[in-house]
Amino acid sequence: MGALAEKKQGDLAARLAAMDAPARGGAWLEAARAEARARLMAMGLPAARDEYWRFTRPASLNAPTPEPAAPFDDGGEAPMFGEVERLRIVFTDGVFDAAASDPLELAGVEIETLEEAGSRDIHWARDLYGVLETRGHSPVERPFAALNTAFAGAGVVIRVTGRAARPVNLIYRHESDTSDAILHHLVKLEPGADLTLLENGPGAARLSKVLEVDLGAGARFHHVRTQGRDPERTAVTHVFARLAEGATFKSFTLTVNGRLTRNESFVELAGAGAVAHLAGAALGDGAELPFHHDDTVFVTHSAPECESRQVFKKVLRNGAVGVFQGKILVREGAQKTDGYQKSQALMLDDDSTFLAKPELEIYADDVACSHGSTSGAIDEEALFYLRSRGVPERQAANLLVLAFLADAIDEIEDAAIADDIRTRLEGWVKRHRG
Amino acid sequence: MLKISNLHVKLQEEDKEILKGVDLEVPAGAVHAIMGPNGSGKSTMSYVLAGREGYEVTEGSATLDGQDLLSMEPEERAAAGLFLAFQYPVEIPGVGNMTFLRTAVNAQRKARGEEELSAADFLRLVREKAKTLKIDADMLKRPVNVGFSGGEKKRNEILQMAMLEPKMCILDETDSGLDVDAMKLVSDGVNALRDEGRSFLVITHYQRLLDHIKPDVVHIMAAGRIIRSGGPELALEVEHNGYADILTETA
Ligand SMILES: Nc1ncnc2c1ncn2[C@@H]1O[C@H](COP(=O)(O)OP(=O)(O)OP(=O)(O)O)[C@@H](O)[C@H]1O
Ligand SMILES: [Mg+2]
Repeated sequence: MGALAEKKQGDLAARLAAMDAPARGGAWLEAARAEARARLMAMGLPAARDEYWRFTRPASLNAPTPEPAAPFDDGGEAPMFGEVERLRIVFTDGVFDAAASDPLELAGVEIETLEEAGSRDIHWARDLYGVLETRGHSPVERPFAALNTAFAGAGVVIRVTGRAARPVNLIYRHESDTSDAILHHLVKLEPGADLTLLENGPGAARLSKVLEVDLGAGARFHHVRTQGRDPERTAVTHVFARLAEGATFKSFTLTVNGRLTRNESFVELAGAGAVAHLAGAALGDGAELPFHHDDTVFVTHSAPECESRQVFKKVLRNGAVGVFQGKILVREGAQKTDGYQKSQALMLDDDSTFLAKPELEIYADDVACSHGSTSGAIDEEALFYLRSRGVPERQAANLLVLAFLADAIDEIEDAAIADDIRTRLEGWVKRHRG
Repeated sequence: MLKISNLHVKLQEEDKEILKGVDLEVPAGAVHAIMGPNGSGKSTMSYVLAGREGYEVTEGSATLDGQDLLSMEPEERAAAGLFLAFQYPVEIPGVGNMTFLRTAVNAQRKARGEEELSAADFLRLVREKAKTLKIDADMLKRPVNVGFSGGEKKRNEILQMAMLEPKMCILDETDSGLDVDAMKLVSDGVNALRDEGRSFLVITHYQRLLDHIKPDVVHIMAAGRIIRSGGPELALEVEHNGYADILTETA
């Protein structure tokens, strides 16, 4: 064994030794876990020398125990998505909190906890759990996703057969300084089904989360998540999505604060005419604690006439680090692909870092793909223009920060939710800089 | 109202003096025009008055009603009543024109210790002023100046002026890029604001604007100095003969 492989295996062994197996599930879940564990054993944990981890040090995610992280006091702010008529499902430090949740009943939707679903033979869940995750390891391994599949003890499984009467809101509370949560969710949208999934909250001191979304023909999935503002928490999350013909997938993530966040998305446009939009807005200040945010996105066009769009924005200051690794892969035969990728960072000072690796890999000849990655400071001309109209410097700068994030937030389809996020951001940006 | 004395300005980055001792006084209620060849320093002077970075004042002073403009932040100058209609208005993607106007109006009110305008009052005011300048609802919704035509940008400057009701208005070539009808609209907008407590400094290359906005005094700036001042007839002289005679006279 080479030194690198030895390190990866050593880290994995140490991590596994510190882990508790989740409560035993039924046959299919245990089989899926065992299979994931075998894949994980073959991979080991990520190492700093892995190309895919060049910009983000995996050490704190690898460590047997999380770095302690105190829950954040938001000063009694109104709950996120509180204005939305929604079904709430609460996890506290990674544990399903039935008392705090609404009854799992929603017209057009079947919802169960992973524990429940895992104890019975639900064929669609069996056919999805770990399946999209497994597909997501080519061409790069994602050991934390395999680890998640092998060890997740909590989550929800959601099957949507029609139009969900209300959005489903997964709420992740963080109460313990040392919680190390592993959540795994499944969402299956039958042909023509429609669901909005909202997620908010940090979830734990250290959170590992996998969301597998399987979209049938013509299905629509809207996803909006905000990751909580706990400055000390770490998180590694994965979204694996597969889209059948004519399906639409739209995902937006807001990240404010966080010692380390790695959000991976792996989306496959498998049926003709499918549409996937992924957007993210991140705002970090490294003054008191490190801020490191990593968006790693892999979009595969496997079918013709699909559209994909990535819009990722980061506002960085005081030594904050932003990472974007984004790839559009267009397979042979995926003609008329429309692929777009934009990643931008607004640097509020000279101390911060933005590392970007945008990639296109194209094996079809009739496609339109573009990508652009930029980083820059506040536009001094615009700042002066605003100030010359009487807007104080800091307020003017805040306005420009929000303006910079605007086209990521514009990707949120629901206008009320987008407005809510804009308003909150305004407040946070103000306080953040005040 | 505005008093500029022996103002010398050089670029911060290079050793290049652009204003070489400007003397100018605009009394309350007056309209003064400045003409002058390209590159003579007209925009530089207006930027320096508004507080743009990149310049260094090496000598002289500029006051607004006795207050030292040059020691104030740009936003303080605005709150004190100074307004510059830019020769090249800036585009700000992502900031809606309405948001921009409301933020500016309320920031100035706040700075002066006045109450903020309610959303309804603000809306009523904007709509009314926009209408007279033929600025439609779509232009108000769009990001500041983004995708505006040259003339639309200039009208948008005048809308801001009308909303902010400054006491010292500097218009830097607001007429350039305007069609005949827009020129009339903009001039009407300016004339509607004329008041004994409000002064204007109108920078232009063309006599035509001054037919609409009648100046009390016309100044000629050349090579960073005011080299001649006179009545409206001075603008006519420039229109007919260009600057050659004036420049040789004073050389
Ligand atoms: N930032 C700068 N860097 C270099 N030169 C500058 C800068 N700003 C102004 N100048 C120079 O200063 C001189 C005055 O410019 P200014 O824009 O003030 O002229 P103006 O009178 O407004 O001209 P115009 O009628 O063409 O608008 C010009 O020669 C210009 O090139
Ligand atoms: Mg000029």
